[in-house]
Amino acid sequence: MPKQAPRILMIGYGNPGRQDDGLGPAFIAQFEAHASDQLHLQTNYQLTVEDAYDAQAYDQVIFVDASIDARLNTETPFSFEAIEATNDSGLGSHSLSPNGVIRLCETLYDKSPKAFVLGILGYEFDQFEERLSGQASQNLQKASIFLQNWLQSQAHA
Amino acid sequence: MKTKKARILEIEPLTRVEGHGKVTVHLDENNKVTEARLHIVEFRGFERFIQGRLLWEVPVIVQRLCGICPVSHHLAAAKAMDMIVGVDQLTPTAEKMRRLMHYGQVMQSNVLHFFHLCSPDLLFGFSAPAKKRNIFSIIKEFPDLAKKGVLMRKFGQEVILHTAGKKIHGNSAIPGGINKNLSIAERDSLLKDIDQMLEWSQEAVDISKNYTLEHLGLVEAFGNFKSNHMSLVREDGALDLYDGGLRAIDASGNLIFDHMDYRNFDQFIMEEVKPWSYMKFPFIKSRGNLDGWYRVGPLARMNTISFIDTPLANARHAEFREFSKHKPANMTLAYHWARMIEVLHCVEKIKELLLDPDLQGSDLKLTGERREEGIAVIEAPRGSLFHHYKVNENDQVTYCNLIVSTTHNNTAMNLAVTDVAKKYISGQSRITEAMLNHIEVAVRAYDPCLSCATHALGQMPLVVELFDADNNLIDTGSQFVNKSPIQTT
Repeated sequence: MPKQAPRILMIGYGNPGRQDDGLGPAFIAQFEAHASDQLHLQTNYQLTVEDAYDAQAYDQVIFVDASIDARLNTETPFSFEAIEATNDSGLGSHSLSPNGVIRLCETLYDKSPKAFVLGILGYEFDQFEERLSGQASQNLQKASIFLQNWLQSQAHA
Repeated sequence: MKTKKARILEIEPLTRVEGHGKVTVHLDENNKVTEARLHIVEFRGFERFIQGRLLWEVPVIVQRLCGICPVSHHLAAAKAMDMIVGVDQLTPTAEKMRRLMHYGQVMQSNVLHFFHLCSPDLLFGFSAPAKKRNIFSIIKEFPDLAKKGVLMRKFGQEVILHTAGKKIHGNSAIPGGINKNLSIAERDSLLKDIDQMLEWSQEAVDISKNYTLEHLGLVEAFGNFKSNHMSLVREDGALDLYDGGLRAIDASGNLIFDHMDYRNFDQFIMEEVKPWSYMKFPFIKSRGNLDGWYRVGPLARMNTISFIDTPLANARHAEFREFSKHKPANMTLAYHWARMIEVLHCVEKIKELLLDPDLQGSDLKLTGERREEGIAVIEAPRGSLFHHYKVNENDQVTYCNLIVSTTHNNTAMNLAVTDVAKKYISGQSRITEAMLNHIEVAVRAYDPCLSCATHALGQMPLVVELFDADNNLIDTGSQFVNKSPIQTT
């Protein structure tokens, strides 16, 4: 019997009205053609407690967000890493972290989906503008190609 | 003795407050607190962003303003645009759909605040260690409470989904009406859980009420100061979160104004600018800037209204008024009790509306005689939300001014922070985490929306500022805590 591909929830979050803060939702919009029974796409302004309720129904969760991590640059424009559940003591609907969502999954529902964060380097956040910066758009494309390949590798694993 | 020694005030960001803020504490020569100020980094430029946009776009675009309460902005903008397209009274279906959306929004927002943001403070105490004062400890020690909070929040989001068309960035409220009704399937999916929501809402009122009564000494001493209060009220004085006239009362309950037409708000509300804050300080013009500031939000609403038009919440409002001896409650911590009465009211209204066949009506939109100016006020979860626009003959926005709830509460939050800082920080040899948490609790009670900061991974502002008696900045700290692991291909 063939192995069942994992059911994946991908959540892109951020505010599209704040320039590169919209990288997460923009990534999800670009990925819509790949949505399927196995890959569910979702966007939000920020992660909230009920995301834990949704996440507990999946095998894997991928969080996609803008990043300003100092270790990212045009050569390395995104990061992708598995994350662990951690207590997010700074819980607020605006500041709940991906680690906190997974911790809520564990503690509330006794479920531990594998979780990953895709952080895409952004540059401009300080204006009301519904547009990604040019370099952020390029970073998004690179991250998108990477994730498509990664998902394919997961499906064939 | 004049203290000049630099001290590090290890204040964390205002956790469990929507967004981020900063508090500066000012000391006198004896290390006593003279004043504490709440600074909110207000995101400027929205007015410019929206200029030139078509009036039809505005109810959707304004949701970009705030990731915390987009539905409130969506509805306030739609109401203002109703005025511009000449519609003073919506069709029954349109108004009831919008109201249903609004009750869902207020419910889920207040639930999040109570169950997940402030419950750690109330259930574990303000002085409990930070490691304990969080949602994970609530889950561990009060798992049923935490789960109820999640499911109530989810229910509110489902109401929004079915009325706004989307869970975020809804587009159903349009100038002059609504673009969808509620299908029978959508209605039934909500009705199946409504009685459970009613039961849990009543439990939440009990928790917040009992907390207030059992900690009366603390509640009466903590951020308790006289103020004016303002909110919308219905024509008969009932609580109305969606529409009505503005009522303001003073700290003794005397009317300052009543049933004021909010379209003339600039005749009785002014905004003061202070050099140290980006955020303005509104006040009632007739009382002046020193005495005219006021509070908005759940506490203010429980103080201004005459009654609630749903039976369970009305009974709880009567208890609340009995507690405050039929005078305005001025205790900051009473916000929590008031907030839960509103949740109960919202759930009752949701049930009432779900059983109303008007929601399946097909008369969704009206048009009227075009106007150039639109002004709307709704009672958002955190308080009165004002939207004011002017539109030219090409339907383009030429002017926009918004006064959000957190701005209305600006003076009150600053006074609450100062009151608490004086009591818990003055004269102490060192600043403890518990003292700082008392400040945060005071701010958090107002559930301010400080969501202007973007939240990109890796960015977590920590800001510390301490001033001596000569107003010299004697220490400051700001850093970004890098939280994102890196592994790229």
